Amino acid sequence: MSDMNEQERQLVEWLADMNEDDALALAKRMLLEEGAAPLRVLELCRDAMDIVGKRFGEGEYFLPELVLAGEMLETIGAIAKPLIKYAPGAEPRKLGKVLIGTVHGDLHDIGKNIVSFMLDINGFEVKDLGIDVPVKDFIEEIKTYEPDVVGLSGFLTLAFDSMKETIDAFDKEGMRGRFKVMIGGGQIDETVRAYTGADAFGINAVEAVNLCRAWMGKAA
Amino acid sequence: MNAPEQTAEAKLAYDARWQRIMDCVALKQPDRMPVTMYANFWLAKYGGISYKELMYDYDKTKAIAERAVLEFEPDACIALVGANAMGKVFEATGYKQLQWPGHGVGDNQPYQYLDREYMKPEEFPDFLRDPTGFYLNTYLPRIFGAFEGFEKFPVLPGMFYFRAITGLRPLANPDFRKALQRVLDAADEVDRYMTHAGQWNKRINALGFPLINGSNSGAPYDVLADYFRGATGMMKDLFRNKDKLLEAIDLMRHYLTQMTIANAKASGHPIVMIPIHWAPDAFMSPKQFETFWWPSFRQMMVDLIDAGLVPMPLWESDCTKRLETIKDIPPGKCIYWFERTDMIKAFEVLGDVVALRGNLSPSMMTTGTPADVDAAVRHLVDGVWNKGGKLILETAFGIPDETPVANVRAMFDAARKYTG
Repeated sequence: MSDMNEQERQLVEWLADMNEDDALALAKRMLLEEGAAPLRVLELCRDAMDIVGKRFGEGEYFLPELVLAGEMLETIGAIAKPLIKYAPGAEPRKLGKVLIGTVHGDLHDIGKNIVSFMLDINGFEVKDLGIDVPVKDFIEEIKTYEPDVVGLSGFLTLAFDSMKETIDAFDKEGMRGRFKVMIGGGQIDETVRAYTGADAFGINAVEAVNLCRAWMGKAA
Repeated sequence: MNAPEQTAEAKLAYDARWQRIMDCVALKQPDRMPVTMYANFWLAKYGGISYKELMYDYDKTKAIAERAVLEFEPDACIALVGANAMGKVFEATGYKQLQWPGHGVGDNQPYQYLDREYMKPEEFPDFLRDPTGFYLNTYLPRIFGAFEGFEKFPVLPGMFYFRAITGLRPLANPDFRKALQRVLDAADEVDRYMTHAGQWNKRINALGFPLINGSNSGAPYDVLADYFRGATGMMKDLFRNKDKLLEAIDLMRHYLTQMTIANAKASGHPIVMIPIHWAPDAFMSPKQFETFWWPSFRQMMVDLIDAGLVPMPLWESDCTKRLETIKDIPPGKCIYWFERTDMIKAFEVLGDVVALRGNLSPSMMTTGTPADVDAAVRHLVDGVWNKGGKLILETAFGIPDETPVANVRAMFDAARKYTG
């Protein structure tokens, strides 16, 4: 953070403070008028999100701030990403790969989408299989995508059995040792974790990021 | 299935059960801890029918619901038929905000709400200026297929003199006429559904069992968030549309209060159940809660209390950090049902203000054993009831669909074993 110029510091501050109008206007000006390096702007966005995540962890920010931050980053990303020209082989390294989806029988996705977004902006490659995902789709994707972490989401009580069935299928396929499994959703607690055989559960998106970081050997 | 005459014995049982509930509300000591029954698709499993049948077959649902009440003898139950047998009215209205068994989800899957922006952010001014017009022209056609065509319904304000005559011409439009007929047909089905539901309620009352609530409502913020703006839309409104949002919440509070009092009076039952969706600790900051959520709901509860009603909010998820705020309500007038909030902590903060209801955890009810259920009831009895808490024992938000019948039995048995 110390090597930022005044304008960059201002962008980070406005993003972190939920000052959407000013932050977006500044980001657009930097990218489209002043020729700022798009990768640099995205790096500033990540710095801002670190602050947002920290404030969430400290109980200053809540879900609405995560949602608005997600919107701001999506808007800036949509402008910045087409401007990026990578040298061959110079794509940024990801911390790890996470496969995520809402288990079969359940159509809820708000929490899962926030987890996907938080993992993405925290440096993970995320593949989201959507909602009502059959067991066989998880198995097939795991074979080709080879994730480090599989995240199972569910809001309804029927998801307890769907999660257990999905995780049991990982065992049967002999793939269980190749990745960690985390679960989350409105009713998930330690009882459900034990019942399903998941490695861990999280009660919010920041916990999901911390779990993945810990599993990838990165400090939370 | 018509209501029998209430026998003297059934009347005594009814009165004793009702007194137990109302003693809790008034913070007086009842003869024992009441235990109530709230169930949705669990009833289908209990009765050996599909979820779809539970929603569509009025007679089967009435019979199964009665059997469940007679077997477990709750001190009060929800309107089990009214709460479940809604398949035909969903079909008739072309209801679009839900998927339900056999309609979007499988015959044995629960219904699921479709979270969408049913009101766009730029429509706040339309809603605020003329809420009735917004409902007729925009909102109802969005949420009910039957109302598609009502976009053509004339805007009434501004009509005058001859313009009030020529302004009626849109009512001759064939699309509008078709829509009107669909709505009238749907209203016939709604009438049949409510007749079945009412018959069951009367019969169960005659057999000695009160309903725990006679009507339902919503909190102003929640109604706008869930059914108009959508979850993420509303969260963004907290930053982008603060003033309009506060205005819309206040307008919604006004109409909800009027509607709730009218419905409760029509039901002849004072308790109003109000599921609460957006109060959980994680959903907004204390400042946002105290700005956007609590003032309108508190005012609504006070107005309901003044009208002689008993608000019964079901505080979903974990609301531990809200307890000190939601304590600010006249004592002895409400039932607070908690889902995941620690009941012992809730009792410590609210024990001298409200009756408490809940809250056996869904994960324990579905995956645990009868012994686990017994221990969980014992925990609540020791931590709340035996310390003077006016606890109405219940599951966290109704019997989870997957709960083994033995666990439900264990809940009712343990309530009686530990509190007489």
